[in-house]
Amino acid sequence: MIKVNGLYKSFGKLEVLKNIDASIDEGEVVVVIGPSGSGKSTFLRCLNLLEQPTSGMIHIGQEEITNKKYNPLKLRSNVGMVFQHFHLFPHMTTLENVTYAPIKVKGLKTADAKKIGMELLEKVGLSDKADQYPNRLSGGQKQRVAIARALAMEPSIMLFDEPTSALDPEMVKEVLDVMKSLAKTGMTMVIVTHEMGFAREVADRILFMDGGMLIEEADPASFFTAPSSKRAQDFLQKVL
Amino acid sequence: MLVPAVMEHSLFLIEGGKPMNFEQIVPSMPFILQGIWVTLQIVIIAGILGFILGIILSLFKIGRIKVLRWIADAYTSIFRGTPLVLQLMIIYFASPQLFGIQIEPYTAAILAFGLNSAAYISEIIRAGILAVDKGQQEAAMALGVPYNKMMKDVILPQAMKNILPALMNEFITLTKESAIVTVIGVTDIMRRSYIVGSDTFSFLEPLLFAGLIYYVMVLVLTVAGKWVEGRMRRSD
Ligand SMILES: Nc1ncnc2c1ncn2[C@@H]1O[C@H](COP(=O)(O)OP(=O)(O)O)[C@@H](O)[C@H]1O
Ligand SMILES: [Mg+2]
Repeated sequence: MIKVNGLYKSFGKLEVLKNIDASIDEGEVVVVIGPSGSGKSTFLRCLNLLEQPTSGMIHIGQEEITNKKYNPLKLRSNVGMVFQHFHLFPHMTTLENVTYAPIKVKGLKTADAKKIGMELLEKVGLSDKADQYPNRLSGGQKQRVAIARALAMEPSIMLFDEPTSALDPEMVKEVLDVMKSLAKTGMTMVIVTHEMGFAREVADRILFMDGGMLIEEADPASFFTAPSSKRAQDFLQKVL
Repeated sequence: MLVPAVMEHSLFLIEGGKPMNFEQIVPSMPFILQGIWVTLQIVIIAGILGFILGIILSLFKIGRIKVLRWIADAYTSIFRGTPLVLQLMIIYFASPQLFGIQIEPYTAAILAFGLNSAAYISEIIRAGILAVDKGQQEAAMALGVPYNKMMKDVILPQAMKNILPALMNEFITLTKESAIVTVIGVTDIMRRSYIVGSDTFSFLEPLLFAGLIYYVMVLVLTVAGKWVEGRMRRSD
């Protein structure tokens, strides 16, 4: 589903991603962990071309998205993204947030988009908030709306960049629960998170990054019990 | 003692001058008041022109096309860097050389104020757009929303909140500054009060009356601006 070959990304002189090779299968849930500044967000943002890779190749499905002629808009309606700080549109109601892109990008009829939107809000447990503006919602509710908004485009891949890092502790679970049930539907997911318990439980595979490099990849059981690299051992010692 | 001396001096001036007599301008008041409409017309049409041109320039400024960015920056720099009265006089007195015809003072006034305020308004809009959280653009981009729709539906509506108060200020400035159209002979409030002054050989009363009219207009605009601002805040 996703194939990354020799991916490099620099910001000016700063080399942030160095020779990343990775491949992610359809329906797989991959959790990316690593210390802050190791390039996890940048890696994720390369996958939907929010960042333009400096060199290397990324294939999504059959398409080489790193090809200069490739239209990023086409990619992005197929790859949903959820941000740490939600970025809901504050001037739109919850339902409008969810239906905006299906209507304006996919050209869905308003009535159809609303129906789908309500179903999605139902799924994330917020159908009663459809007409509220985002500033009336708690952080956890905002993030669940953001997930529904991304899902409304019916993407085949979902990217999560620290979706619970900006939340009060008591709200983390409600968001992780939504993500868990999404994982059960067979959605392909790439998740950057510091929630190690969640990673262990939900991930099919762990990617560990440090210093812009992909240091280790393993299934969660072996990664959390016996990480093979020294850097991963040090990292786990600090966070667990 | 210095202070009383100065006061005595200024008292002396007033005593030595003609006493104020507003009665003699009463017949001319309707004539001056009619200038409100002239002033308003110039301010409103120039304001709209400036707003539209300002939006275009601001989009040039934040866009990725270098040439357009350069043009918009140069435009702003020139119109902000030279006196408005100079721009007005160039457009009016040099119009035969510029456009091949002598344009009406009224047209010249609208053009000068419209073009000038476009420079200021484009800066207001640019700043307003840049003040919108960058995450908004990213969220829209991540949903596959094309640039134009993102601007129109996501960024500009939010930027409006930052823009409107500053825009109101620009409008107030425009109202006051419009008084300089008197130099090209547009019969606005200012010009009319000056005419009345020369007719009656007494300038203070008609000029004070004009001042009062401008002041009331500005107060009305200020109150309207506060009201709009309040409405916007409530929708937060
Ligand atoms: N737009 C950018 N411009 C310059 N430097 C950036 C930019 N985005 C990220 N970086 C730098 O790249 C490095 C990796 O950042 P990031 O991918 O956000 O790491 P992580 O998500 O693992 O914390 C950091 O040193 C960060 O400062
Ligand atoms: Mg990050």
